[in-house]
Amino acid sequence: MQVAAEPSRGRSVRLMAIGTLAGIFSGLFGVGGGSVIVPLLMLWLGYDERAATATSLAAIVFIAGFAAAVQGLYGNVHLLDAALVGVPAVFGVLIGTWLQQRLQARSIALLFAAVLAASAVELVIR
Amino acid sequence: MIGAVAIGLAAGIVAGLLGVGGGVLFVPGLVLFMGLDQHQAEATSLLAIVPVAIVGTYRQDRYGNVRRADALLLGLLSLAGAAAGVALANALSGAFLRDAFAVLIMLVAAQLVRRALRTGDRRDPRTGNGAKKA
Repeated sequence: MQVAAEPSRGRSVRLMAIGTLAGIFSGLFGVGGGSVIVPLLMLWLGYDERAATATSLAAIVFIAGFAAAVQGLYGNVHLLDAALVGVPAVFGVLIGTWLQQRLQARSIALLFAAVLAASAVELVIR
Repeated sequence: MIGAVAIGLAAGIVAGLLGVGGGVLFVPGLVLFMGLDQHQAEATSLLAIVPVAIVGTYRQDRYGNVRRADALLLGLLSLAGAAAGVALANALSGAFLRDAFAVLIMLVAAQLVRRALRTGDRRDPRTGNGAKKA
């Protein structure tokens, strides 16, 4: 059994490794990096799922914000689109969280997986 | 414009419901419905993620779930990687990047299916609340 909160050098090294991997992943694919951070925090630092998800969200503010700024230097960021997508998304998250208490998440997960798969096919054949 | 708002709303709802980040939907949405190329879509997605992550962090922090020192350290230690990732993305062709992204979202889809098929697991994917195994 491992102690989660040991303030050792190994811990900092692990955080650094997670941060570096998540940063590369986020910058490369334009996503937050949560799918890298959450499992690694749980695996390497003994986080439970709740703390891992919450801490990952906070780190993503830095990661995505900085990656977006660097992308801005390349001239790739569409500011208006980002606002038009990002601001409604905040309300979407609130709606989604509310719905979650009332819906069977399983069928939605399967439906969403199908949407993702269709998007993947559409992206490639386009 | 309505398209962008619809993408944002839909991606947000899915993020809130399933705990999957908005980025996996922002990018294909921006490419398929808003006509951005892959590089522009990824860059714009990154910026759109920021307000979502800020509000999410605020709410989670009120529940005391955010380990602030680790989050700060993680965030700061990721900046070099993020810059490297962006530079790498811009060094790659749009077509290659798009195909790699398609593989990524297929993996996310597969993971969602696996998670959904795990019977009896109705945990809240963000807070971990709810019925666990026992």
